[in-house]
Amino acid sequence: MRAVITVIGHDAVGILAKVSNRCAEFNANVIEVTQSVLQDMFAMIMLVDISKINKPFAELSDNMTELGQSMGLSIHTMHEDIFNCMHHI
Amino acid sequence: MLNAYDILETIRMIQDECLDIRTITMGISLLDCIDCDIDVACEKVYNKITRCAKDLVRVADDISKEYGIPIINKRISVTPIAIVSAACKCSPVKFALAMDKAAKAVGVDLIGGYSALVPKGFSAGDIELINSIPEALKLTDKVCSSVNIGSTKTGINLDACKMMGRIVKECAEATVDKACFGAAKLVVFCNAVEDNPFMAGAFHGVGEPDVMINVGVSGPGVVRSALSKYPDANITEISDIIKKTSYKITRIGQLVGVTASERLGVPFGIVDLSLAPTPAVGDSVAHILEEIGLERCGTHGTTAALALLNDAVKKGGVMACSRIGGLSGAFIPVSEDSGMIDAAKSGCLTIEKLEAMTAVCSVGLDMIVVPGDTEADTISAIIADEAAIGMVNTKTTAVRIIPAIGKNVGDELDWGGLFGCGPVMPLKKESPSKFINRGGQIPAPLHSLKN
Repeated sequence: MRAVITVIGHDAVGILAKVSNRCAEFNANVIEVTQSVLQDMFAMIMLVDISKINKPFAELSDNMTELGQSMGLSIHTMHEDIFNCMHHI
Repeated sequence: MLNAYDILETIRMIQDECLDIRTITMGISLLDCIDCDIDVACEKVYNKITRCAKDLVRVADDISKEYGIPIINKRISVTPIAIVSAACKCSPVKFALAMDKAAKAVGVDLIGGYSALVPKGFSAGDIELINSIPEALKLTDKVCSSVNIGSTKTGINLDACKMMGRIVKECAEATVDKACFGAAKLVVFCNAVEDNPFMAGAFHGVGEPDVMINVGVSGPGVVRSALSKYPDANITEISDIIKKTSYKITRIGQLVGVTASERLGVPFGIVDLSLAPTPAVGDSVAHILEEIGLERCGTHGTTAALALLNDAVKKGGVMACSRIGGLSGAFIPVSEDSGMIDAAKSGCLTIEKLEAMTAVCSVGLDMIVVPGDTEADTISAIIADEAAIGMVNTKTTAVRIIPAIGKNVGDELDWGGLFGCGPVMPLKKESPSKFINRGGQIPAPLHSLKN
């Protein structure tokens, strides 16, 4: 089972570090990261393995949203199935 | 594999374009709750609903969080109460109270099924139920009611039409203190479907399994936004864009439905492929029609544009899910659609045009506010007109109109939330009373020699 974490907002030092650190706390293994900074705007898409997470997925999702709010970023944590079902036949 | 564009597109649809799952509706059969003692029957009803649906809200909220997709309503539909209450031989209002109590206990938004099916005549329990609807809707918060008064196979029960004109008005009068909201919880159908997840017309048909999960999707904002990127596309290309968008929307409905059914241990029924608007900005079916090229919804060309939209939504959605059902099509509830509200206020969208629009889309004259002094026979005639469209075109049609007691054209009723607000729309003054009072049955239409 995998989830997609997207982070969008103004660039700052330590965004990737904080998000991946939070993943580690939940025992979510980072598989792939795509990241870019365009005119001060930070955009990151992170694919993480959630099959061995140590708390319910909903809690991880809430936790990431709160982390985003505390940093002035928009963070979405969604199960990858929603993207697969919408974009693959 | 997943690419960044696809991921961001999905997130944009949800965040900016109001994509959501409008409802997860659990259908529950109450046939095993029938008892000739009404108090025993009501206890069985309460126990069965609370047992079957105890985890519905929690599971829906979990799924919403995991997939990041809002699930706006959690609802329950039950076997038409007229069938369940027939053996009691008394007013079935106690069933409405039991349903309301059960709905509140499990935390769902609405519960539908305070219904009677009388397309060809009344059987035991039907008349008692219909007469009790105003009181039932006054005394409850979450109960919705519907009555099926005609079908393509049976014709239209004009006696039932006549009754329902009076009942609609009584529902409004009984709830004057709540902006006549009682009438907004009552739908009169022709060709009612048995697996509809949408309110106020949802009930659990007798041909359905004991318990099942149906899902209704929504996403007018997504369709409008997709079309806005192609201002010069011809109408065939427009149809294609709508199909592709509808496919994506419906896939999410399928995913959520299957997941909910697995987690609840209940069979998955259908996805209702609907474009259901809300009063929120950017979530309007009227605005899609305007994006296609109408200056304002309701002008000439609206019926054609809506026919194209409705057809393309179905074509796109059909391939996206395993089982389709319910009402499936674009909804045009006036008070629940900001574009329709504006069009009605400007006078461009009239009740006659809405009637024509219902011939080519789901579902009928929906959430239309009419003057409070409208005669019951006039409401009956509106119901009969709409039922005739459904009967002849072999489609579901419905009437949900709200007489605004004490108000007239120029005023409006405001309920807030998903139900929105509606301006009072003018009706014709000439009386249809003689026609309605003839009573009897309009015979079923011929299925050949079509013109």
